[in-house]
Order: sequence, then C-alpha cells, then structure tokens
Amino acid sequence: MARDGGVSCLRSSETMSVGIGKMESPPLDLDEVHVLAVDDSLVDRIVIERLLRITSCKVTAVDSGWRALEFLGLDNEKASAELDRLKVDLIITDYCMPGMTGYELLKKIKESSSFRQVPVVIMSSENVLTRIDRCLEEGAEDFLLKPVKLADVKRLRSYLTRDVKLPNGNKRKLPEDSIPVHTSPPPPPPPSPLTVSPDSSDSSPPLTVSPESSDSSPTLSPVEIFSSPLSSLLDDEDDDVLSSSPESSPMPEESPVRRQKMGSPGLSYYIKLGSSKLLINMIATCVNKFFKITTCVYLSHN
Amino acid sequence: MDAHVAQLQMQYRNYILSLYQQGFLDDQFTELKSLQDDGSPDFVAEVLSLFFDDCVKLVGNMARALDQTGTVDFCQVGANVHQLKGSSSSVGAKRVKGLCINFKELCEAKNYEGCVRCLQQVDVEYKTLKAKLQDMFNLEKQIVQAGGIVPQVDIN
Repeated sequence: MARDGGVSCLRSSETMSVGIGKMESPPLDLDEVHVLAVDDSLVDRIVIERLLRITSCKVTAVDSGWRALEFLGLDNEKASAELDRLKVDLIITDYCMPGMTGYELLKKIKESSSFRQVPVVIMSSENVLTRIDRCLEEGAEDFLLKPVKLADVKRLRSYLTRDVKLPNGNKRKLPEDSIPVHTSPPPPPPPSPLTVSPDSSDSSPPLTVSPESSDSSPTLSPVEIFSSPLSSLLDDEDDDVLSSSPESSPMPEESPVRRQKMGSPGLSYYIKLGSSKLLINMIATCVNKFFKITTCVYLSHN
Repeated sequence: MDAHVAQLQMQYRNYILSLYQQGFLDDQFTELKSLQDDGSPDFVAEVLSLFFDDCVKLVGNMARALDQTGTVDFCQVGANVHQLKGSSSSVGAKRVKGLCINFKELCEAKNYEGCVRCLQQVDVEYKTLKAKLQDMFNLEKQIVQAGGIVPQVDIN
C-alpha cells in the first residue's frame, strides 16, 4: 500500500478504476515510457506520480532506494529471471532519503550492467552545488530542484523520446522492440482519503473527525475526502524518519551555472539556481555581443 | 439561480486570492490545481489530505523528541522538520514551509526553547491552513451544488 511505503504501481488504467474517472484502460503501448520514481515522502510520491502520468508515462513509485533495487532485481547478486521482462526508461529519485540516499542509489544503478544505461534524475529540495556536481559526475542525467513542476517533467519526457547521448559518445535509442512492462500486481486503492464516510450533515465543521468506513463510492466530494481522521499517528514509521545526514556545505551557493554532462542543459535548473538573474545575465550577454557585432558590421560598411 | 452562482464564484475567487495574499499559499498550490482535471477532480484534496496527515505524524514525532527528560536528539527533530519542510513545499503551504526553515536553524543551533516555541507555531499554522482550505472546498461544493462551475482563479 502506498501509505506503508511499498511499491505503488498505479498504471493509468488502475488510476481510473480508483474512482477518479471511468475511462477505458488504454491498450498496452510497447513504446510507453516507464518511470521508476523513488521518494520517501508520500506526498511527493503522489505528486510526482501525477506529474508523470499527465505526461503519459507509466509509473512505479517506491519509498526507498532499497525497494527500488528490489524492484530492479539489483538487491542480490544473482540475476533475476524477471529482469528480461523489466523495462524501465527513466529513474527519478529524491536525494535525501533515510537509509540509502539518492546518490547511493544512483551509484548502484550505474554499477549494474542491466540498468547503467537507464537515465537517472535526482530531485532535491536543497540547492547545493557540490551535491549537484557529485550527482552529475556520477552519471545523473539531470538534477531537479523541488518542488518539481510539470514543466520539469515535460522536459524530461521530451528527451526520452529522442536519442540520449552517453558520456562515451555512444547514442542510445529507446528499444524499438520494447518488452511489456513487468510490474507488481496493483496494490489496494490509495490511502484513506478516498474511503471516508458519506456526507450525512449539511454543514461540515472544519476539523471533522469522521470514522473511516468502507464506502468506496467513486463520487465523494472534496469536502468528505478532506475531513479524514486526525488519529493516524504512524508510530511504526518512526524508524524511517531518522538520520538524514547533514550536508557538508548546506548553504546554497551562487556560483556560475554549470552545464550538465549530457542532454539538454536544463533550463529550469538554470532558472532555479539563481532565480532568474543568471538566465537574464546570459541572455543579456548574448544580446550585448550580438549588438556589438552588428554595430561593427554596420560601421565597417559606412 | 445564476446570480447566486455568480455571487458564490465571486466569493470563491476573493477567498482564494486572500489566501495567496496573506501568504498561506504559494505558486506550488497553483501548480497542483493545474494538475487537477475532470479525470482527477479530487487530486488537490487528496494530496492536501495526505499532507495534513503528514503534519499530524511529524508534529507528534517532534513533540515526543522534544519531550525527552534528558538529552534531546536534535538530529531526530531536524529530520522530521526536513520532511515537513519538503511536503509543505510540495503542496504550496507557504507559511508552514517558512516556519520549517526557521525550525531547522533552531535545531541546528540546538535551541531547545526556540524549538518548542516553533513547534507550537507549526502546530497552529497547519491547523489554520487546514481550516482555511476546508472552507475553500466547502465553497467549491456550494458552487457545484448550485449548478455552477468552480472558476479557475488567476493569481497574477
């Protein structure tokens, strides 16, 4: 179940069946991009899943680096027989996670023979240049600052549908003969928000504590969804909330923009690095140079 | 009927704008709203519900960590603050996020009284936001029940 932090493989067809819509499930598309999303925050998992689905990706979301490795079959030495059927086109992972950081996960993926070619994108809420550099040097495709926006995901999506240039100069296309995705069986529907008791009163007070019921009506209003019980102190997850190791340089730096190793430079990355100042500077410099050149040309002709 | 709907819609617009103007919400909330459509009409409510569940859990963790007789594990508190900062940032809960930024510094400084005060503020703030958003959802419901459409509100 997503709330317990397991694997949530909500494919678009399953999303529809959870009461959000009644569209028919689309036919299996062998060229459909499959993304593995890794984030210990449930809220962030739900958001990134939505962002990816809107951009027509199949999504498998897990809550830790270990579960990601497990899903990929990299958690033990012997190769899994399932691997032949597993198609993952992109891995997007949070950096700061208890246990195994996104950086450590990145390293393990790049060390594996089966998945080193898969682009890995790192997400982080902190703009730490050394962190970004370290990830890019280890082979990360891109680095996104949280909160991740649709524009960021659309950009990722766009470079998945063309050749991806690897550091050694080889190009990799998405496999034409994509094998059907092997994902875990669909989990139960997402957590309690969608199983709240039906509306029985005319006015719902702000902090209604309504008992959980098994009402699975697909047409619950936002008000009912919103007034879920407050009593969900998940003590068993305390162990997971420990030690995020402090950064060596926690202060954000205003260093000049660094190009990533491959793929598009990441416009949103530039914008977020120095708000819009760096980008404006770059544009201003280019415009300046352009005007200088045209002025010289004009003067030389007169 | 139409006048009633129009009035509700106006009320809704003004309410949303005030939430932004008073700093309760930021553009990430706008982003979340843009991800909602007819196919996923309750996406925002679902995410916010999970966020408030997170708040309850994390505030509880922090309260327990700060309630230790003996040495307080500020790393533990800080880890929870980091999580809360992350999820508040992801839903556009601007004030909560701002408090978390202060809270983090207080944890790093191992400022016990400061942490306790800040935790109380966080507790009040997320509950206030929850109430405000509940009112917002109520307005949406009223509009729909009156036969209208919930307007897209342009923040700019």
